[in-house]
Amino acid sequence: MAEIVLDKVSKRYPDGALAVQDVNLEIADGEFIILVGPSGCGKSTTLNMIAGLEDITEGELRIGGQRVNEKAPKDRDIAMVFQSYALYPHMTVKENMAFPLRLAKVDNATVERKVREAAEILDLSQHLERKPSNLSGGQRQRVAMGRAIVRNPKAFLMDEPLSNLDAKLRVQMRTSVSRLQKQLGTTTVYVTHDQTEAMTLGDRVVVMRGGVVQQIGAPQFLYDHPANLFVAGFIGSPSMNFVPATLENGSLRSVLGDCVLTDRVRQLVEGADAPREVIMGIRPEHFEDAALVDAATLSSGGKFTSQVDVLESMGSDKYAYFTLTGEQAASAELQELAADAGSDDVPGDGISLVTRLSSSSGAVEGASADIWFDADKIQLFDPSTGRNLTYTER
Amino acid sequence: MAGIGGAETTGKKVGWGLLNAVVVIYALFPVLWIVSLSFKSSKTLADGNFIPREWSLENYENIFSTTEFTRALINSIGIALIATAIAVVFGTMAAYAIARLDFPGKNLLVGVSLLIAMFPQVSLVSPLFEIERGLGLFDTWPGLILPYITFALPLAIYTLSAFFREIPWELEKAAKMDGATPGQAFRRVIAPLAAPGVFTTAILVFIFCWNDFLFAISLTSTEQSRTVPVALSFFTGSSQFEDPAGSIAAAAVVITIPIILFVLFFQRRIVAGLTSGAVKG
Repeated sequence: MAEIVLDKVSKRYPDGALAVQDVNLEIADGEFIILVGPSGCGKSTTLNMIAGLEDITEGELRIGGQRVNEKAPKDRDIAMVFQSYALYPHMTVKENMAFPLRLAKVDNATVERKVREAAEILDLSQHLERKPSNLSGGQRQRVAMGRAIVRNPKAFLMDEPLSNLDAKLRVQMRTSVSRLQKQLGTTTVYVTHDQTEAMTLGDRVVVMRGGVVQQIGAPQFLYDHPANLFVAGFIGSPSMNFVPATLENGSLRSVLGDCVLTDRVRQLVEGADAPREVIMGIRPEHFEDAALVDAATLSSGGKFTSQVDVLESMGSDKYAYFTLTGEQAASAELQELAADAGSDDVPGDGISLVTRLSSSSGAVEGASADIWFDADKIQLFDPSTGRNLTYTER
Repeated sequence: MAGIGGAETTGKKVGWGLLNAVVVIYALFPVLWIVSLSFKSSKTLADGNFIPREWSLENYENIFSTTEFTRALINSIGIALIATAIAVVFGTMAAYAIARLDFPGKNLLVGVSLLIAMFPQVSLVSPLFEIERGLGLFDTWPGLILPYITFALPLAIYTLSAFFREIPWELEKAAKMDGATPGQAFRRVIAPLAAPGVFTTAILVFIFCWNDFLFAISLTSTEQSRTVPVALSFFTGSSQFEDPAGSIAAAAVVITIPIILFVLFFQRRIVAGLTSGAVKG
């Protein structure tokens, strides 16, 4: 077990393409860290550099305080779980799991004991003599995990280990991965493109975009205090709503009506030297049916009236979808997020809005509804740079 | 309904069975004819009967009575095995590099090996004859092994690189992460998975070397290195008026046996779908 330090690590391919740029990351001993981002953001390349499967162009990688840039994967003492599991098809489950130990020339009795222990942890004891081709997807995934844990490596690297499983199994395995990591206390770097996995699994999450780290922090912190539009739009499901807005004398004008900024927000905006035209971001849960909000609270936020497009009742909450007339918020980061979600070519006139209302809300599909939003919870972004103007460490 | 379906399948089965039978008989008839000839005595050799009227081992006794045939058999087995082993080992290494690495001159290498495979062998016989006489390789085992390897390697590289491309690269990465050196990853993970390809290639190369007549007749002159296909052409009867057809038939049957054994032996190793279960999808 050891800490992993990436010190200004960059990866440039021979054709000049920069895959990863100046990544600084200190992973503490026993920490579970998630690299997340859309495809092509450099997260897998970063993981492969830690593994030693790809060379580091610039910067230094230290594992347990030692520079390992030049070390072969086998000398780094880290284990990796691949997206495709990469089980050896000509070996049984037992041989697969024993393979790292055999290579390390561990004696037979120890190999036997360690494989049995790992198999017990992963509930594979009855499958030890079978070949990978006779196993189900979930079992193969567990064998891949088993092969990683048998030799107590300094760290685990996992490259989208759950993305080949079906949805139900994925949720189940997510919990077991989390439990296993806690149980073993091994430093783990986990790559995923799924923000739900990122939110639920990690101690800290690293959001990457185009080879550059956008923000590093605990999942809840990233959710509450995104550093820029990209992080704000990537973290959270359903994602944050973005609306173009204009700042005028301490109030905010948008298609959601005028709203007076709270003192907290105004101070942050003033400190951030904000432009006049901004993008306002607000999460679905910060909306509420105006009829359910008392008068005092009502005045501390904005209010708009619109027709409900679609209403989804989840039992505990209701999701109301609106389409407001106006220009969509435009920024390179939002475009990239839409492209990653595959919604960039969905024709949409106006601004679509997702709101989460209490289950007691009387909103009806097709009818007009009064919706209130919490002015203290809005986030303002600079459309040109994507920077969060209301960013705060607290 | 079921009856009609059943009748149809039976009809189909009979049709396919007949077709298969025709193909098998067409292919095997000459072989059986040779076998039949080899068991005929010299008196009944030309009687035109498919089933020998009197069975005799005379022809077999004949060919094994002199060293002419046995010596050629040893030469053939030795030369073909050595050439196959060397071609497969080098072919495996070259094919692996071609399938996995991007190195300068890769396309040139593939192109040149293809060129060699397509080159008409007969145009090389005279130059090779001169070269081998100059180097003292004429009428020696290496004198045949070398050209065999040259012509078998492109075949080996082509077949094997196709097999290597089928193996998921992630397996090699996984082996590296599990602590294997590149050599160990190749020997313990990649090579076992490529085994069907290696055996297929070995069979093809062996048959190529075993059957070659052109090089063998041009580059040998004595029993020291003459292979069986050539030795057969030198068979004579006990007098110059006697037809050696019986002996030739017997020898032809004998040299078919190693090929059958070789194929049967390696066929067990050619298990299709060996890589299934390695990666999902």
